[in-house]
Amino acid sequence: MRENAIIKVSNLVKNFGELQAVRGISFGVEHGSIFAFLGPNGAGKTTTIKILTTLLKPTSGEISVNGFNPLTEQNEVRRSFGIVFQDPSLDDELTAYENMEFHAVLYNIQAKLRKSRIEELLKFTELWERRNDIVKNFSGGMRRRLEIARGLLHHPKILFLDEPTLGLDPQTRNHIWEYIRNLNTKEGITVFFTTHYIAEAEQSAGKVAIIDHGQIVESGTPEEIKQKAGSKSLEEAFIALTGKEIREERVGTKEVFRRSHQMWRRG
Amino acid sequence: MNAIYILWLRQIKRYFRSKSRLLGSLGQPLLFLLALSFGFGPIFQKAGGGNYLEFLAPGIIAMGILFTALFSGIEIIWDKQFGFLKETLVAPVTRIKIMIGRTLGGATIAMIQGIIVLIIASLIGFKFSIAGIIPSLAFMFLIALIFTALGTAIASMLEDMQGFQFIMNFLVMPIFFLSGALFPLGDLPESLSVIIAANPLSYGVDGLRRTLVNAAHFGIGLDFAVLIGTSAALLLIGGYLFSKIEI
Repeated sequence: MRENAIIKVSNLVKNFGELQAVRGISFGVEHGSIFAFLGPNGAGKTTTIKILTTLLKPTSGEISVNGFNPLTEQNEVRRSFGIVFQDPSLDDELTAYENMEFHAVLYNIQAKLRKSRIEELLKFTELWERRNDIVKNFSGGMRRRLEIARGLLHHPKILFLDEPTLGLDPQTRNHIWEYIRNLNTKEGITVFFTTHYIAEAEQSAGKVAIIDHGQIVESGTPEEIKQKAGSKSLEEAFIALTGKEIREERVGTKEVFRRSHQMWRRG
Repeated sequence: MNAIYILWLRQIKRYFRSKSRLLGSLGQPLLFLLALSFGFGPIFQKAGGGNYLEFLAPGIIAMGILFTALFSGIEIIWDKQFGFLKETLVAPVTRIKIMIGRTLGGATIAMIQGIIVLIIASLIGFKFSIAGIIPSLAFMFLIALIFTALGTAIASMLEDMQGFQFIMNFLVMPIFFLSGALFPLGDLPESLSVIIAANPLSYGVDGLRRTLVNAAHFGIGLDFAVLIGTSAALLLIGGYLFSKIEI
């Protein structure tokens, strides 16, 4: 399986000062698969994604993304993936089209191709009618769709989705998952995602890895994990593996700031 | 289109779309121009300083540029908080290009701000040399570039807006008040002269005064040299700190 892996991670470690966020994890993600990376809050999921996507440098360990090294071949790695971040990352003051255009230019997509691809993707995510609206006025579901469309604009081999359906209603969640599964089967894009909705992973993922306290505690197909844990659902297995204790995520100044800004805006 | 251009364009679009920001940023220079020129004008004239509005206007133009430029640089914190910075940092574009595009965008906005203050000043009676407009634009751009790069450098080190008030009080206000924007530099105490001579904005104000109303303290050659040197140094520092951002 390692031979056919588009993402390879071995003995990855990341420390923030004293805090060990990731403690020597190893895994591989096969070409064209849907891979779910599950874990409680603060388990190290987002840190791992940030390392794979060149935003953070690992403390130690070896990684390869689409055959490139995120430390030494940053631009090759960056062209290989699209990403939908956990927090919104659109420019609120620009229109949907302008957000797409900005991305296309950064990824050096030529003018002609740029227009046709933006149109194709905005139609695909059903946002074409709203292309000239400022993103500020978009609903949560529309923003997510726009972020997915943007992430696909440069035809990446891998799509990273960090909690793509967080805060969305079940209808929108289903809708978005349909898109993603469709992309995976039709275009062969490898999907790497994290979620707190374990049922989504059970439904869509071919392979699952469960991470806790910076270490992978279990991995395999949803069926295998359920069998090993002797549980009926993946969620049961997840709780059996990671315990019932509630994890407190450290609330940084960033979060406080974001909330106060939102309040100010609504007022 | 390339990366630097689209980053520049984004800043410009954001500026012109934010009507409140456009209007809000004009209030302060307008207030300074009106209150100070009408308030101190007669005393300045009696003391033999000549027309105070003529003296003051270049200083207030520099102020408008200073404030807008620093804010534009500091916008990076905003983008850090609201996630948009990540979108640019995972793109296959070098950090230096991103920094240059943003800085040029911020500097352009600040320069537009300076031009708007110049227009307002002329509406309330500021008379300036028409031939001096083109060279004064060069000085406006250099002031804008210096302080956008400084804002970028500061914002690259800050996590959130908490330290912002501190910067306003201990950096921006002193830079403005100790630049000769408001008073002549002729007969000042030695210590104050030294501080003013070490402040890059002093040379910007001086250059504007030289080009617009043909009065100068340092001389245009020195003004130009100091501004070019400072902007190069701050662009390097800002670029370095920006390239070290991890989120």
